[in-house]
Amino acid sequence: MRMMFKAVSFAVVMAASPALAADLRIALSSEPSAADPHYHNLTPNNQVVRHVFEPLVFMDEFQALKPGLAESWKVIDDLTWEFKLRTGVKFHDGSPFTVDDVIFSLNRVPNVPKSPAPKTAYVRGKTVEKIDDLTFRVKTATPEALMLNHLANIEMMSAKAAAGVSTEDLNAGKGNVGTGPYQFVEFVPGDRFVVKRFDGYWGAKEPWDKVIFKFIKSDPTRVAALLSGDVDLIETVPTADAQRLAKEPKVAIASALSNRLVYLHMDRYRAETPFVKGKDGAAIPNPFHNLKVRQALTKAVNRPAVVERIMEGEAVPASQMLPDSYAGTSKKLKPVEYDLAGAKKLLAEAGYPNGFKLTIHGPNGRYTNDSKIIEAVAQMFTRLGIETAVETLPPAVFFSRASAGGPDKQPEFSMILAGWSAGTGEPSDSLKALLGSYDAKLGRGSANRGRYGNPAMDVVLDKALATVDAEKRAALLAEAAEIAMNDVGLIPIHYQKNTWAAKKGLKVTPRTDEYTLAMSVKP
Amino acid sequence: MLAFILRRLMQAVFVVVAMVVLVFFGTYVIGDPVWMMVPGDATIEQVGEVRRTFGFDQPVYVQFLHFLGDVVRGEFGRSYVHGTSAIALILARMPATMELAFAALILAVVIGLPLGLFAGLKPEHPAARAIMAGSILGFSLPTFWVGLMLIMLFSVMLGWLPATGRGPVVSIFGLETSMLSLDGWRHLLLPALNLALLKISLVIRLTRSGTREAALQDYVKFARAKGLSQSRIVGVHILKNILIPIVTVLGLEFGSLVAFSVVTESIFAWPGMGKLLLEAIQRLDRPLIVAYVMVVVLLFVTINLIVDILYSALDPRVRLSESEA
Amino acid sequence: MSEVAALPPPESAFGRFARRFIEDRVALIGLGLLVVVILVALLAPWIAPQNPYDLASVDVMDSRQPPGSHAGEGFTMWLGSDGVGRDLLSGILYGLRISLTVGIVSGVLAASLGLMLGLLAAYAGGRTETLIMRVVDLQLALPSVLVALILVALLGKGVDKIILALVVVQWAYYARTVRASALVERRKEYVEAARSLGLSHARTMLRHILPNCLAPVIVIATVQTAHAISLEATLSFLGVGLPQTEPSLGVLIANGFQYMLSGKYWISFFPGLALLVTIVAINLVGDRLRDVLNPRLER
Repeated sequence: MRMMFKAVSFAVVMAASPALAADLRIALSSEPSAADPHYHNLTPNNQVVRHVFEPLVFMDEFQALKPGLAESWKVIDDLTWEFKLRTGVKFHDGSPFTVDDVIFSLNRVPNVPKSPAPKTAYVRGKTVEKIDDLTFRVKTATPEALMLNHLANIEMMSAKAAAGVSTEDLNAGKGNVGTGPYQFVEFVPGDRFVVKRFDGYWGAKEPWDKVIFKFIKSDPTRVAALLSGDVDLIETVPTADAQRLAKEPKVAIASALSNRLVYLHMDRYRAETPFVKGKDGAAIPNPFHNLKVRQALTKAVNRPAVVERIMEGEAVPASQMLPDSYAGTSKKLKPVEYDLAGAKKLLAEAGYPNGFKLTIHGPNGRYTNDSKIIEAVAQMFTRLGIETAVETLPPAVFFSRASAGGPDKQPEFSMILAGWSAGTGEPSDSLKALLGSYDAKLGRGSANRGRYGNPAMDVVLDKALATVDAEKRAALLAEAAEIAMNDVGLIPIHYQKNTWAAKKGLKVTPRTDEYTLAMSVKP
Repeated sequence: MLAFILRRLMQAVFVVVAMVVLVFFGTYVIGDPVWMMVPGDATIEQVGEVRRTFGFDQPVYVQFLHFLGDVVRGEFGRSYVHGTSAIALILARMPATMELAFAALILAVVIGLPLGLFAGLKPEHPAARAIMAGSILGFSLPTFWVGLMLIMLFSVMLGWLPATGRGPVVSIFGLETSMLSLDGWRHLLLPALNLALLKISLVIRLTRSGTREAALQDYVKFARAKGLSQSRIVGVHILKNILIPIVTVLGLEFGSLVAFSVVTESIFAWPGMGKLLLEAIQRLDRPLIVAYVMVVVLLFVTINLIVDILYSALDPRVRLSESEA
Repeated sequence: MSEVAALPPPESAFGRFARRFIEDRVALIGLGLLVVVILVALLAPWIAPQNPYDLASVDVMDSRQPPGSHAGEGFTMWLGSDGVGRDLLSGILYGLRISLTVGIVSGVLAASLGLMLGLLAAYAGGRTETLIMRVVDLQLALPSVLVALILVALLGKGVDKIILALVVVQWAYYARTVRASALVERRKEYVEAARSLGLSHARTMLRHILPNCLAPVIVIATVQTAHAISLEATLSFLGVGLPQTEPSLGVLIANGFQYMLSGKYWISFFPGLALLVTIVAINLVGDRLRDVLNPRLER
């Protein structure tokens, strides 16, 4: 008992003394699986390795493309790009960064053994031709409009230090040498990832001597860690706590509209869909083929209510694939107004005056408040007259079944809720994957779990994807979005906000791509 | 004795094999792990590639044969997500869990024993009744709920103790521990208390009933008649006699502490193997789940075996009955 | 007729038991609480202000309202509402039904299975006994929370699945206890007598040995039911238990977990209180049952 008392009284003293001023402690909501930048193409991995390794092209906090390790570039012709590297860039071991390292890195990407999510797609079809130590050309087989977006996802490693090192070596620190503002210190799976400042960095000097990333998955625990001073910054502020933290005097909030859309997909490939039944329980023809039904459904979704009551303001009603502040989005599309009477009328006109029975499926714990959003939508559809049931599944189960759980490895469900984050910072990927007519060979409709297809949109989208000129491409993409959204190819609900909370006094620049970077934090 | 140990080990092997087969086919049925590995915007081509890399495109029995082949070669599988040896990942996390369970055990004894003694010696005292009522509460409170309350009170409202994580770790005789520094203990205290709660109640009840029984025994009455002081009677005569069953039960309960640490670790972000298991289940990381089951079953069987052997060595009554039989 | 006469008259035995049980005031309170809990759970559809499973009556606009607020449909939400607008009082009443159902059904099934296997082991002896008891030993060597966690993760969500998992982790306790008491009974004279009279094995087992093993089974059943309810809540909290839309107490608490720090304590607090009262009531009754029925049985 006495020992305990002593520990407690010491604890008071310890808590009162401030942490080392130049250390930054960040709590992450999900942990990286490795310290190898090319091993696992997921945000939790990319954001921590980005401190140590840098790509040729940077994305700023709005996902706009900026020169990175490549100082400048130009398009020679539709199939050739020329890049010039920044001078004076050094790796952490002191060796200079050259075109050889670029070639090494691009070659390493497809050859990481047992990678659960390789970045191979970003380098496919690209060949590099060295001009001199700081200049190179990339040739592509077909016009590559997303060249820069792809290069922004490939971290540059040292040809000398990283030659032959495995993912396990990199986890242990061997060959973990980049050009980034921070040097790798250690990676303890399940606990922390630590980096320290690299004094030979080519850019502006970072204010933090050491950055410690702690992995705290549980939402309230992460908030408690900030409030008790265990950490200086937390990412993914839970929606339940955002409003309260905003009022907390010792906490500063930073928030940005994200590139993540939450939406509903409807079965568009079957004549009869398994989770839709008549009110009497008998099988009925798939109602989602009827445009009026789809319009009724989207009108019945009270988006402001979901945003306000479920997301507690941590989201914005959605009208298309990305918020219209992004290039390539349509300014004409606005979130569909909630109109229950109008929806009922449309449903009656479509031949369903009494509605039908529907089960919505969705993941539980994959997107912010996912199961609650589904419940809220189900309430709204039930008011419309569609007797809606909800089934939420663990994400692993949900995605297997939603993607290939049905006969012939086709999607199983009739209506699903899912989310999509536009990693490229523009809508072409979203349109192609979620709304493009399903075609495995062309790689179109890869996440089109409703199998919506509209040849008119495919044509415009294909044209956009082959257009290298940024402005022309943006106009084509907006047109494609309008075609698909007016046809209600999917029902957009909201765009999430990304929110960070920090100790008062820290300046945090919020990012749209959900990345938590020490470089965005200034004292 | 040797035959006994061998038989137990055989059983352990049998359980491990049964559990591994169950988990292997079970995880196959639940879902395709590839969806938890690739990013949300992966193309069909990418998904197919990853599937081929990991052999998910093969029928389940082929996958199982591959797995058996690996086991024969002494390789128990690599985590899909981490890409490193699953057993190594678990063993790396084990010290943290062991430390937590051990600290909880200490707390259970340090808090439970004095309270139980008191309740046993003065059963009619109001405080004793309060202690017993409290012990029922301790049995009934769900661990996860208490964990959050502890964080609310001690970390957020009072700000005395850190809410999460483990303190600085030092290596001593090859064993990693955070128990040698003050900061380590500050981090350890709340999760250990959370985990210990059920066991504190258990120790209180065991001690109380043991004390009450012992107090009625002839040797205690005799000691009292001899005019020995109360503290000496309690310290020497009673405590000595009730400690053996308590130690035995606690030995067996160590296994359940390790199991319940799954809950505590996930609340307090304690970097132990329980948290690893939950993540593995969520991500359908089959090699990791299988390895966890193997390690933990072996661990429990070993603990039970040691307790059994110690028990028969320590408790004279067990020996007596054996020789009589 | 002679067999019935051989048994002690049931009324007087029960009378003695009841008299001893109510001697303890605390246990009486426990019993009272338990009766109330079971009653409100049974009567939920009639006393709850809202059917929390009917999505047409739950409105997201009512979400996160503090205790005493008025719902859009007019009634007062005495305990506030949860994150999707469900009235918490209604949610708790219906959740109690699910939690109690899960606890009791799994307890009855596990007890039946354990009874059968325990009796079989004791009566058959030899290989059968060794086999059953080895499985029991192994089962008891593995912590229930872990086995249940892995089982439910493999089986998926749903009331039936969680009951199955809970039966698997519980039956061994019954089997071990039943076998132990059955072994004691088997050696007694009346069993010998029954057998020498030429009664069938099954008849001897069911009519003579079984009734005498019931006391410890009842004691274990109360403890295990409380344990099962708590375990279900824990599994739901860890995200592998019951589905979100028809919440048990555990799911309600887990859903409220995210609101704990934002001051909306009621979402998780009241279901937690209901769970606590239920488990404490069962444990109080169980404690007294143990004292009355079998003073020598210690856990």
